[in-house]
Amino acid sequence: MLLIRCPYCEEERPELEFRNAGEAHIARPTNIAAESDDDFEKFFFIRANPKGVIYERWRHIHGCARFFNAVRDTVTDRFVMTYKAGEPKPAKLPGASK
Amino acid sequence: MNAAFRISGAGRLSQAKTASFSFDDKPYIGIEGDTLASALLANGVHLVGRSFKYHRPRGFLSAGAEEPNALVQIVRDDARKTPNVRATVQELYDGLTANSQNRWPSLAFDVGALNDIASPLFSAGFYYKTFMWPKWAWKDLYEPKIRAAAGLGVSPDKPDPDHYAARYAHCEVLVLGGGAAGIAAALAAAETGVRVILADEQAEFGGSLRFESGARIDGQGGYAWAQAAIAKLKAMDNVRVLSRTTAFGYYAQNFVGLVERVSDHLKSPGRELARERLWQVRAKRVVIATGAIERHMVFANNDRPGVMLASAARTYLNHYGVAVGRNIGVYTANDSAYAAAIDLKKAGINIAAIVDLRDNPAGPVIDEARALGIEINFGRAVVSAGGKLRVSSMTVQPKNGGGERTIPVDAILMSAGWTPSVHLFSQSRGKVAFNDATKRFVPGTYAQDCVSVGTCCGTDGLAASVDEAYAAGAKAAKEAGGKAGKGAKPKVDAGESWSRGMLGAAPGAGPGTTVKAFVDFQNDVTAKDIRQAVHEGMHSIEHVKRFTTNGMATDQGKTSNMHGLAIAAETLGKPIPQVGLTTFRAPYTPVTFGSIVGHARGALFDPTRRTATHGWAASHGAVFEDVGHWKRAWYFPKAGEDMHAAVDRECVTVRKAAGLFDASTLGKIEVVGPDAAKFMELLYTNPWEKLETGRCRYGIMLREDGFIYDDGVVGRLAPDRFHVTTTTGGAPRVMNHMEDYLQTEFPHLNVWLTSITEQWAVIAVQGPKSRDIIAPLVDGIDMSDEAMPHMSVREGKICGVPTRLFRMSFTGERGFEVNVPADYGEAVWEALWAEGQKHGATAYGTETMHVLRAEKGYIIVGQDTDGTVTPNDAGLDWAVGKKKTDFVGIRGLTRPDLVAKGRKQLVGLKTKDPKVVLEEGAQIVADPKQAIPMKMIGHVTSSYWSENCGRSIALALVAGGRDRMGQTLYVPMPNGTIEVEVTGMVFVDEKGERLNG
Repeated sequence: MLLIRCPYCEEERPELEFRNAGEAHIARPTNIAAESDDDFEKFFFIRANPKGVIYERWRHIHGCARFFNAVRDTVTDRFVMTYKAGEPKPAKLPGASK
Repeated sequence: MNAAFRISGAGRLSQAKTASFSFDDKPYIGIEGDTLASALLANGVHLVGRSFKYHRPRGFLSAGAEEPNALVQIVRDDARKTPNVRATVQELYDGLTANSQNRWPSLAFDVGALNDIASPLFSAGFYYKTFMWPKWAWKDLYEPKIRAAAGLGVSPDKPDPDHYAARYAHCEVLVLGGGAAGIAAALAAAETGVRVILADEQAEFGGSLRFESGARIDGQGGYAWAQAAIAKLKAMDNVRVLSRTTAFGYYAQNFVGLVERVSDHLKSPGRELARERLWQVRAKRVVIATGAIERHMVFANNDRPGVMLASAARTYLNHYGVAVGRNIGVYTANDSAYAAAIDLKKAGINIAAIVDLRDNPAGPVIDEARALGIEINFGRAVVSAGGKLRVSSMTVQPKNGGGERTIPVDAILMSAGWTPSVHLFSQSRGKVAFNDATKRFVPGTYAQDCVSVGTCCGTDGLAASVDEAYAAGAKAAKEAGGKAGKGAKPKVDAGESWSRGMLGAAPGAGPGTTVKAFVDFQNDVTAKDIRQAVHEGMHSIEHVKRFTTNGMATDQGKTSNMHGLAIAAETLGKPIPQVGLTTFRAPYTPVTFGSIVGHARGALFDPTRRTATHGWAASHGAVFEDVGHWKRAWYFPKAGEDMHAAVDRECVTVRKAAGLFDASTLGKIEVVGPDAAKFMELLYTNPWEKLETGRCRYGIMLREDGFIYDDGVVGRLAPDRFHVTTTTGGAPRVMNHMEDYLQTEFPHLNVWLTSITEQWAVIAVQGPKSRDIIAPLVDGIDMSDEAMPHMSVREGKICGVPTRLFRMSFTGERGFEVNVPADYGEAVWEALWAEGQKHGATAYGTETMHVLRAEKGYIIVGQDTDGTVTPNDAGLDWAVGKKKTDFVGIRGLTRPDLVAKGRKQLVGLKTKDPKVVLEEGAQIVADPKQAIPMKMIGHVTSSYWSENCGRSIALALVAGGRDRMGQTLYVPMPNGTIEVEVTGMVFVDEKGERLNG
């Protein structure tokens, strides 16, 4: 079982308290009704699904109930970092220089 | 009286403490502290099982967890018949009853052994090639026969009466394995004051010190040192010592699963003791000290009872005081088997000969064996074992060919070398590396905060292992926050050391031979099978494994994997590391379902939610159905009524008089705040800004893709306060959906969401008399049609308690839903019921609710929709705000496929024969005479007998359904095709007049 650090509770909690909520940093267009079919497809259906570092949303559903963002390596399942919803995509990851 | 093979003066068991037991109904006497294996061997019993495929007689290969052969059924009582127990692990208790498996009619005479004679037919891949045709025969003939003939023990056929405990634990240092290395690591870590857990699968700690008679540590014998060290550790507050505890799985972030066998070794465990305890341990650092497992030699008939690992014979002698024979042969490719021969010789057992495959080995054990007068043959091989139910001889030949010599023996000890147990390291996702000099895989790259020490790491020699482990334990503790330790490192005065050996088939079982030289005993895989798999095109070791089933039995190839790999590599002509190792997976040894499930079974398997009126419903004869976690009253049969009669009566009574229904399970969410209306506008298709306070609206929620996600009636209690209802099953996901948008897409909105499902009990009172029933109990609410029209909500009091009184209807009748605080739910229900009795009202359940709503064509999301239905498809276009510029799903609704013609639309169906009730889920076709497979144009979503209509009614999703009004369609069923007519969705009161009066 993974341990996940909730950036709101500021502690590591067991995976059972959390739920994955899909890829992060995909903002809903402000004028969504005017989106072209292609743009809507990219927004709604197309996901990166990388082998390696993924930016994704999690919810501490059985804890503080907040949504937050996480950087996870899909190969090792290791959580590189977590940060609050609304914060920008981190420019540099901890340990990335190694 | 001593059993025949118990050597007086040998071993560590107190011979005074006897325990009687039976094997295949024959009584025997053992000693407390025995395993079932050592007790049987003490009585001279080697034959204990039949092999999986060829039904060959089998004995004990090992003295530990790696045992592939000696699988027995332990019977405690009718419900406790544990199959496939390794006799080498099962501790003896007085009265133990064990039976052999996979034999008929008896262990010594087994009809299934014909498979052994016919074995040329059963080579690798046999099942895949042979049972291909005819197709029908697999299910009815081949599979049942194969399953009867192959297979292991018999599953118990009664529920497991035992209970299983579970613990979570945290520690700084977890040490896996309680041999010399594990104990040294635990001592070092414990001395720093951090929390330490030490676990070992055996009943006593010590690992190989149990048999290594040459080990001396801190001035005492190795095993005695281990016991003293364990006593010291047990006395420390920061240390937890777990024996009989197997680390079976190593998961992410140093999360390790242990299973502790609490009472399988006890004569009468009693009810208070769990059978097993699951430990879920999270450790900052893990020290893996899992040791090594001896490999057998691969030669013809190496599976005969009496042929076993040298270290096993040594364990039986030095720990249990049992000699595995009286005239023993030894076949080895490394030094360690010499130590076994020496110990046995010193105990007075004749060693017929040592056969060493090596040409000119030298070393102290060889000198000692020679000095004891044991015959030693270098450069020779045992090419075959004689005997059937017990080994009777070994045939020796120079390894490069030449004259054979047959030596009578009653046991053969073998050692091809030692395989480091990298299972847990590999499960931690560490990468193993092949050491070409020592021909073994050892830990290479680590993936987690763990370290391997001792022989599982390829460290040879007791002193080196203990030094390495002590340093690693201290380092792990320090890294996890421990202080500097003040203890002293254990000093190894003498130890044993061996390495090297051989991998693969020994002479006489090499390429071109057809002998049965077993690689995997449990799955009956021979060296020939592995070569054949390669010849037939399996070039990946993963394919070889699956084709031959090598290493796929419950022992997970602990003794066989390396031999199998070496033979495959030799056949492929590739070096071993290029062929690669198969993946190690949890569990290390079999784990019971009971220990995984723990207390979560029966009533504790899943939570049960009951509404406030559950007790009333139960005492009034309700039959309940499960809806999610909820128990809901399904129908209320009166004496003599079946379900149909009850539902018919309930349906008619509601429309004629009134009915009471518990609607508490509907999800309820309060949406509150200055921006509540704006938020509702975004989350639902309907317009909300202009909804007046005190009025209600039926709302539809979409996903962003435009499909219906949920629906429900929403009441506006105040400009900034909405009382939202959801479907029963949808409540949690709707809350999650709302929170998601509020927190991440619309965080600028000042809104609070609160789940109030459990706070309010909801009593639906429906029917023409509903107002008459409620009104006398209500304070402060004008319930006249003018003051409180259909789709309105008022706050006031009922029976003196607060209520949110909704006028709404899921039946098409004048109706109300009385919300009261859940604690008052039952009392208010009782009061309403008493009033209802005066007006001929009935209580009704979910079945009647379903029928009544279907008569009105009201949909149920999740039944009449399936996640691919738009509001338009469901005939609910009117609920989509045409002037709105944004709501979740607005863009999805205009996707080309969602506005295309010919989509499936919700319509009504009437069967031509009004008595026929369609099956929900039945497929619909336009032309019943077309060829199979027919083109299906839709399916039935809801179907009931409607007593109010005097006929069956149904709803269905049909392609282009609304353009098919009046058309005849067909529902092909196994008993014939049913004709149906496409109709509107409303079957009762099409104009909707009854809602108002």
